[in-house]
Amino acid sequence: MTDLALNINGERRMVSVDETTPLLWVLREELKLTGTKYGCGIGACGACTVHVGDIAVRSCLLPVALVGDRPVSTIEAMRSDRVGKAVQAAWIENDVVQCGYCQSGLIMGAVALLKANPKPSDSDIEQSLGGNICRCGTYVRIRAAVKDAADRLA
Amino acid sequence: MRATLARPNSHRSRRVFLRASAALGGGLLMSLYLAPPAIAELPSHQPESPPDAFVHIKPDGSIAIAVIYLEMGQGVLTSLPMILADEMDADWSQVISQHAPAGDVYRSPVFGIQMTGGSLSIANSFQQYRELGAKTRAMLIAAAAKRWRVAPSECRTENSVVYGPGNRSARYAELADAAVGMPVPEKVPLKTPAEFRLIGKPVRRLDSRAKCDGSQKFGLDLDLPGMLIALMARPPIYGARVKEIDSKEARSVSGVRDVFAIPLLKGEVVVVVADRFWTAKQARDRLRIDWDVAGLERPDSVELRARFKKLARTTGLIAASRGDPNAIDSIPAVNRIVAEYELPYLAHTPMEPLNATVRYDGDSAEAWVGSQFPGPEQAAIAQVLGLKPEQVKFNVEFAGGGFGRRGPFDAQAPVAAALVAKRLRGAPIKFVWTREDDVQGGQYRPMFEHRVEIGIGADGMPAAWKHVMVGQSFIIGSGNPFESVLVKDGLDTLIAEGAADTRYAIPNFQVSVHQPTVNVAVLAWRSVGPAINHFVLETLIDELATRANVDPIVYRLKLLSQEGAKLRAALILLDEKSQWRKALAPGHAFGVACSEYHNTGSACVAEVSIKDHRLRIHRVTASLHCGLAVNPLSIEAQYQGGVTFGLIQLMAAITLKDGSVEQQNFDGYTPPYIADAPATTDVHIVPSTDPPTAIGENPVPLIAPAVVNALARLTGKRHRVLPLVNI
Amino acid sequence: MGKALVRRAAVGFPVSLCVIAGLTIAVFRGFAADAPTNRSDGLAAWQSVYSVMVSPRCINCHTATNYPQQHDDRHRHFANVVRGIDGHGVPGLNCATCHQSANADSTGVPGAYDWHLAPLSMRWQDNEEHILSSAAVCSAVSDRTRNGGLDGTGLLKHHEQEPLVLWAWAPGHGLDGKRRSVPPITHAQFVAATLHWVEAGMPCPKEGEGYR
Repeated sequence: MTDLALNINGERRMVSVDETTPLLWVLREELKLTGTKYGCGIGACGACTVHVGDIAVRSCLLPVALVGDRPVSTIEAMRSDRVGKAVQAAWIENDVVQCGYCQSGLIMGAVALLKANPKPSDSDIEQSLGGNICRCGTYVRIRAAVKDAADRLA
Repeated sequence: MRATLARPNSHRSRRVFLRASAALGGGLLMSLYLAPPAIAELPSHQPESPPDAFVHIKPDGSIAIAVIYLEMGQGVLTSLPMILADEMDADWSQVISQHAPAGDVYRSPVFGIQMTGGSLSIANSFQQYRELGAKTRAMLIAAAAKRWRVAPSECRTENSVVYGPGNRSARYAELADAAVGMPVPEKVPLKTPAEFRLIGKPVRRLDSRAKCDGSQKFGLDLDLPGMLIALMARPPIYGARVKEIDSKEARSVSGVRDVFAIPLLKGEVVVVVADRFWTAKQARDRLRIDWDVAGLERPDSVELRARFKKLARTTGLIAASRGDPNAIDSIPAVNRIVAEYELPYLAHTPMEPLNATVRYDGDSAEAWVGSQFPGPEQAAIAQVLGLKPEQVKFNVEFAGGGFGRRGPFDAQAPVAAALVAKRLRGAPIKFVWTREDDVQGGQYRPMFEHRVEIGIGADGMPAAWKHVMVGQSFIIGSGNPFESVLVKDGLDTLIAEGAADTRYAIPNFQVSVHQPTVNVAVLAWRSVGPAINHFVLETLIDELATRANVDPIVYRLKLLSQEGAKLRAALILLDEKSQWRKALAPGHAFGVACSEYHNTGSACVAEVSIKDHRLRIHRVTASLHCGLAVNPLSIEAQYQGGVTFGLIQLMAAITLKDGSVEQQNFDGYTPPYIADAPATTDVHIVPSTDPPTAIGENPVPLIAPAVVNALARLTGKRHRVLPLVNI
Repeated sequence: MGKALVRRAAVGFPVSLCVIAGLTIAVFRGFAADAPTNRSDGLAAWQSVYSVMVSPRCINCHTATNYPQQHDDRHRHFANVVRGIDGHGVPGLNCATCHQSANADSTGVPGAYDWHLAPLSMRWQDNEEHILSSAAVCSAVSDRTRNGGLDGTGLLKHHEQEPLVLWAWAPGHGLDGKRRSVPPITHAQFVAATLHWVEAGMPCPKEGEGYR
């Protein structure tokens, strides 16, 4: 067990964990932030997406020892984030979610996209969200919602 | 040891009563109970969330509505409350919807057990929830009328307010306490469709916000004091039992509590219990287990395919037969088609893997499960723990997808959790399937071989059709509560559903089934028989249409029998809405398919092209006749989602080699990502006020044949082997 | 006449600098001062270099396509990861979305500083994922307009010190607990072969010359 100081959603959080533990499980079990989901554990589905600095990161693959003091943002922080709020509002307006389990990851991906590219094309959206799995098949409404969020932010 | 599930109750012979009572914090509770209690028995106050409430009007004006089905994405936690709230004239903005826990009163009014399946939640509970809403409204009016000393007929309601003569008005919340004392009406008139305020309107989901801000809890998110995680180590061959466990290294991982074997599915697994997921996983990875695989069949996909093909050349158990089974012999060979279809095992892969949490306290227990069968699973847990079902508080959690995986008939997830909870009494045990457990140790859509011989008449229509299908039954011997109903003379009638009962008027028609026994765990997969059988039928019908040089929609309309009215309506609407199919860009082609399932008729056109060897689906236009469309926004979502869900049939397979499943995770069993899905999907509903029928599974059988038919138009190649290779 | 001399000297100067640098490095390494210069020795050295470049740990990211490959069978990388503008992926799906600055053995993900795809000018495959010939790869590697402006010294330094290159010999473990395969020669041998090739004047085989 190792004591680590992490920067999570703007707060300094101390955890005492096996340092090989993926950040995903530290967030969910130590910090009780269960909005970030376990979908596959191998980075294939994106349900575990957080932001580390400006970059979308699949937390199921990131051993907590490699996080360091880099700022981590989770889905729980998106309601206080300008782009996050717009994406959430667009998601609700467009009635995107079905079971909803993949949506934290999709929203985190969409926020990362819009922060880097405020006017994404269909092809941009398809590439940036191209590695997220939604078994309910909400992709069509996701495309519309990302465009809607971009309009809201313009 | 396999827990037996409760048999379906002869529910209809027990009378169900609606009762009103006062809630502990104030307000009106509308509950069901199963026998008329003596007046003295009725407690005057109920706990905040008693186990049998349907509607709770709270003093603050919010209205909690209990839904007796599992929300797994299909939107039932919005649609069913809409129905009740509409008849109740409730203020929709005040409605809170929640899962009903396991309880006798929450049994399906049609099936007699508490379950979600068959896409029948709305169809089966439409009337039930309308009546609940209407009766609650009637009692609120009665309370107001009594207070104002007017006749109830002089009152009207709107948005959680009763209005009386003059300027009198009272909010439901104000009237709730008084309404408790009102008699519950036996019968009340229901609204006419013209009076609907919510039903029939595109109403957004109630659970959106929580699912967008990370606050929605699923079963896997549960956190309880003292909770432990249980993971399993699976055998390499299905059905194996444990000979010996070397857990020395596993137990040396700090935080591990216990390691032991439990029965699961046909064999056993070794469970690791630890304080954290990662601890359990590391310990599990360090287990050395000697499995007893002696005498177990070691299925192999290549060998199975050969076995199935051989069986397909002989007639099996007859599922449908009319006309002359040998009619095909008198049709010239040039007018015959012989088609062999190869369809693999498929996994469900809901995004939230299977999980269940159980805590055993000795004389009671509590469970939290995203369950499609809460009633039977509550009973199964009780049996494991030596309790009565009512001693097990069973909470239904939001599920991250189901598709059939959350309703295994042996209640394997809650039973596994209960077995561990029994051993570690007092600690809540969260038993988790990893994605590898889900993909490699799953319960699959059965593998099938179909052999169809068709004789084409002079008019280009099928004159003879002889169809043999070979695949496992997931019903026979499964513990499914409906087995005695579904299996007739040894034939599992679900296997041929969609083919045996086709609406196509084909004379000289025979469907027969072989049900081989294979050492592979199988289960219902979203849309069950039709997903498989309509792939075969709809691609063959398309081939016939092409040969006859007739538009595929026109051909189907011509072939449909009188009984196919809903399909007919869907196809006519589809024709109207898909005229774009007649003028496509170069390198693009369209394909058509239709499907009827549980009284809803659907059809679709898909537009495809091939770019860099990859299939691109540009557009899908879908149409359906489902009777009354309760929530058209939700229906559109299910069709957009369902056609995407169904694409995996073209893309992936579960295969076995020497007894083991080869795929382990999404890298080997890859579902559709956004680029694989249709770029747009428009959905059109035939207007109707008939009783609402099935939605959730209905789009799935459409997409695979529509796309394969489009590919045939594009490349000339007719794919009968899935998944697609070398398109 | 003076100008011509200057020009010749100008041309000769960087070459001699290279040779001097090469010799200096050789001295530091204690190699014999009589460096191999004949073409066939140089080509043999190049073949050793080439053998590393086309091994999975290297070639999986030196693609001609919009995507990397993975594993020893070099199948297309899962989850639709794409090149992006500068080889670092796209927002939401960067290389750094999964790959960190070090191997993550507990989660089975390789990593090294600035994990990214080699630019298209440094592709060693064709669009159908077939590995290019020794002649073609040599041509690409030695062409300064395609190799990031590197001369022989630069190439040697790149092979010696670049984190992504070094990673190929310390590629970490997959989830099966097994270490990923490494190139067919050691890093030291790779550097030595590079040196020999550079000292030989970076000769490239011609197509059809018999070097594959």
